[in-house]
Amino acid sequence: MITLSQRREVGEFRKRYRWMALFVVLVFGGIIVRVAQVQLFQRDRWSGIAQQNITKTLELPATRGVIRDIEGRVVASNRPSYDVYATPRLFQEGDVARIASLMELSAEEEAALQTRMDDLPLNRRTHQLELYSDIDREQLAGLETHLAELPALDIITVPLRDYPYATLGAHLIGYLNEVNADDLERAADPSTYRAGDRIGRSGLEKRYEPLLMGSRGFRRVVVDARGRALSGTQPDSLEVAMLKKPVPGHGIQLTIDMRLMEAFDRAFRQHPSGAAVVVDIHTGAVRALYSKPVYDPNEMSSGLSTKRYAELTSDPFRPLIDKTMYETYFPGSTFKVVTALAALQDAVVDPSQRIECLGSLKIGRQKFRCNKRHEWVDLYDSIVQSCNVYFWELAEEVGIERITRYARAFGFGEHSGIGVNSEAKGFLATRAWYTEHYGAFRIGYTLNTAIGQGNTRVTVLQLAMANAAIANGGTLYEPQVVQNVTAPDGSLSDTFQPRVKREVGVSPEHLDMMRHALVDVVEQESGTAYAARNKDGVQVAGKTGTAQVVGRKGRSEESSSAWYLDRSHGWFAGFAPVDDPQVAFAVLVEHGGSGGASAAPIATSVMQQYFGEQPSAEAE
Amino acid sequence: MALGRTIRDDFDWPLFIAVSTIALFGVLNLYSATDSGTTSDAYVQQLYWLVLAFGVAGLTVAIDYRHFERYGGVIYGGCVLALVLVFVLGRSVRGSTRWIALGGFSLQPSELMKIGLIIALAKYLHHDTKTGGRTLADLIIPGLILALPMGLVLLQPDLGTAMMLAFIFASIMMLTQLKMRSVVTLLATFVVAAPVTWFYLLKDYQKERVTAFWDRLDGTHTDLLDSGWHTQQSLVAIGSGGLTGKGFTQGTQTRFRFLPDQHTDFPFPVWAEEHGFLGAVLLISLYLFLVLWALRIASQAKDRFGAVVAVGVGAMIFWQTVVNLGMVSGLLPVVGMTLPLFSYGGSSLLSTMLGLGLLMNVSMRRFSH
Repeated sequence: MITLSQRREVGEFRKRYRWMALFVVLVFGGIIVRVAQVQLFQRDRWSGIAQQNITKTLELPATRGVIRDIEGRVVASNRPSYDVYATPRLFQEGDVARIASLMELSAEEEAALQTRMDDLPLNRRTHQLELYSDIDREQLAGLETHLAELPALDIITVPLRDYPYATLGAHLIGYLNEVNADDLERAADPSTYRAGDRIGRSGLEKRYEPLLMGSRGFRRVVVDARGRALSGTQPDSLEVAMLKKPVPGHGIQLTIDMRLMEAFDRAFRQHPSGAAVVVDIHTGAVRALYSKPVYDPNEMSSGLSTKRYAELTSDPFRPLIDKTMYETYFPGSTFKVVTALAALQDAVVDPSQRIECLGSLKIGRQKFRCNKRHEWVDLYDSIVQSCNVYFWELAEEVGIERITRYARAFGFGEHSGIGVNSEAKGFLATRAWYTEHYGAFRIGYTLNTAIGQGNTRVTVLQLAMANAAIANGGTLYEPQVVQNVTAPDGSLSDTFQPRVKREVGVSPEHLDMMRHALVDVVEQESGTAYAARNKDGVQVAGKTGTAQVVGRKGRSEESSSAWYLDRSHGWFAGFAPVDDPQVAFAVLVEHGGSGGASAAPIATSVMQQYFGEQPSAEAE
Repeated sequence: MALGRTIRDDFDWPLFIAVSTIALFGVLNLYSATDSGTTSDAYVQQLYWLVLAFGVAGLTVAIDYRHFERYGGVIYGGCVLALVLVFVLGRSVRGSTRWIALGGFSLQPSELMKIGLIIALAKYLHHDTKTGGRTLADLIIPGLILALPMGLVLLQPDLGTAMMLAFIFASIMMLTQLKMRSVVTLLATFVVAAPVTWFYLLKDYQKERVTAFWDRLDGTHTDLLDSGWHTQQSLVAIGSGGLTGKGFTQGTQTRFRFLPDQHTDFPFPVWAEEHGFLGAVLLISLYLFLVLWALRIASQAKDRFGAVVAVGVGAMIFWQTVVNLGMVSGLLPVVGMTLPLFSYGGSSLLSTMLGLGLLMNVSMRRFSH
């Protein structure tokens, strides 16, 4: 038997066991509290991450609504763009170099990609982000064949906005560009836009953004820690939807006729800048809104450099400005129509009374010049021949208040209400305004106002709408550009309804007389637009005008083309065809000189093409 | 036969049942953790290890623990020798040399060293004539008993096991009545030693784990992809388990391999994800019971050697459990520490079962003569 060591006093240890047990219980209690905190109180947060961990969300972009013209021609649609997206968490060693070689990136581009991946904050690593957009066919082919070996990458086909008519109508149609911080903040639902999304920035694209955009969808796939998709596995604990189909945007059909727009573009070939508006006289539906020159919507959507922006803003022909509604001009002689109708309606003049035009008129110490010596003219003749002397005499009888009142009735000095883009009101000066700004009122202001000079300013759109009211017997419409809206399910909404602004308050016989006078402006040999008439073609009626260009003093030595910029603007505004008026128009040729020589030929030739060579118009 | 009578009458059933239950849960958990992968036979291997470990524990129980006291020096010496052999014969895994190949098995001598240290300290205190009023001078010899193996383990380097040796040593020495003045001096030494350790002794990867831990605590998630990533994914697994868990083999964090080392250092998140808070509390309670039971056995031991061995084994299980659970639940930095009885791995299981065999031994012999 082996002798085992003797027992020893264990009393020294006795006092310690209780404290040790207490310590052990407290520590384990602490661990249980911690586990309870994580599992019971933070459960949702950790579950969310667990689900994010095993799912990869692929965005399914919505197709933006297509915009068509009145005949169904596509004005804005979408083409596929191949965009490369990456889930940074899944990047593996050497992926950047591999992508660079497959896409044939330059060394700088490769370095940029590497930096971008390295600098990404951790909470963004599980989210897909866009690396490259609209890659070309070679890059697409290179990537696609090796996509299986690059689990971090996805190629997503995104519809990209495409404008088949390029720059034609660009102001009206507008353009898209990337959302900025303000857009994201302003959106009612924060999930509406993500960084990188495109948003309508101007024109119809902006005005109808909520309808056009649609809503994006997504597809989720279950992946393991290395990002490999595990098809057919869907753990029970996954409480999220796996698929949400994208909803395409609404389609919009415009009242605009692109054939008419093209006709204007051809007719304006001789002139660097100008604008034209055509409206349906019975409804206010706008058929053409043409402004020249135009910016390139594709250029705008990719973001302008500061230099390019400076070029565009310093261009003397102002391509960024929509000249149909944002710019205002002196109406010139086209305004005589308003003065004449004011005089007729308020019976301040006998229209058959003749006066003699000697080529100028002396009032007080000032001598006012007419464009030529018209001899004896009555009101009708003075419209047809555009005699200033007659209107100066008339102005004294009518007075500035009446002219302004009737101008307002015809829609001048107020927004037309077209609802797309920013619109200028123009300006109508009153006696009170002159008193305030020039100290005292003088008769000369009335004389200038009567012939559309002085301080009166109008937009091309306003002038077209006023002429529509003359042509249709006195109804001023609100101009509209949308014919209808088509929901993704095919149902139509917002179908065009004419909106009447007001009756202008001029009796039919006066308007009838005015229409005849406007016909003779073109048809009579003495008419100011006689040279522009369509021989044996569509008869067009209208009033010519020549608006002086002011405010360019001291700039005449800037460049060799400066003389051109001091030339007057040419106007022609009226309606067609004369026997059964359908449309009213206003055409402005910037620096075109006399309206009869510059603007009238454009109007008559476009109307000839529109009514004379359009089979569908004859069928109606 | 004396032994036969002892087994029948004095067998510590609560201890046996607690240990067996934890080990069984461990095997089930291992099955689930490796269910989707290529190492799907890991749980079978773990079963072999379990049989072996229970066998070793049985042998340990059969021999009166006083024989271990008698050969304590030899056992301690053998363990230290094995640690030295690691440097001669060992193979290197992930930058540190910890393993010796023994036939088909790989053995980790540092695991056995824990038992060797407990026995050596128990033997020393058993023969110590003092019964209180100890000063720092009384810590010199036990300190040397610790320092030799701890130094060797640090050289491997294996910070986790070295720390465990220190914790076991501290726990055992807490049994003795050290003077308050000595305790204060010790603490002061630690305050001085900590920065020295940080700047001169710790390797970069070890520091990184500690800083990642602090970054996560103060909310600056700078490095989730490396060390912090482990803790993050562990919390995701535990947290997403909720009250009742996702169900056996249904844990997504596990199945889709977001958990690192899910069968060695991170088996608890697997368990907590699949069995929820209720399962987690059950498992933690089993460990709590085991440690308290060890203290109870110590308090009933009839000699110093038995008491120290029981406290040492209890401390070994307690500290390993606390460090592992603290690490996976984000309370402590990731240091690489297995969960006793529950983690996959033969050496750690073997040394744990050896210890538990000793504990059973002490428990069963508390009444005799």
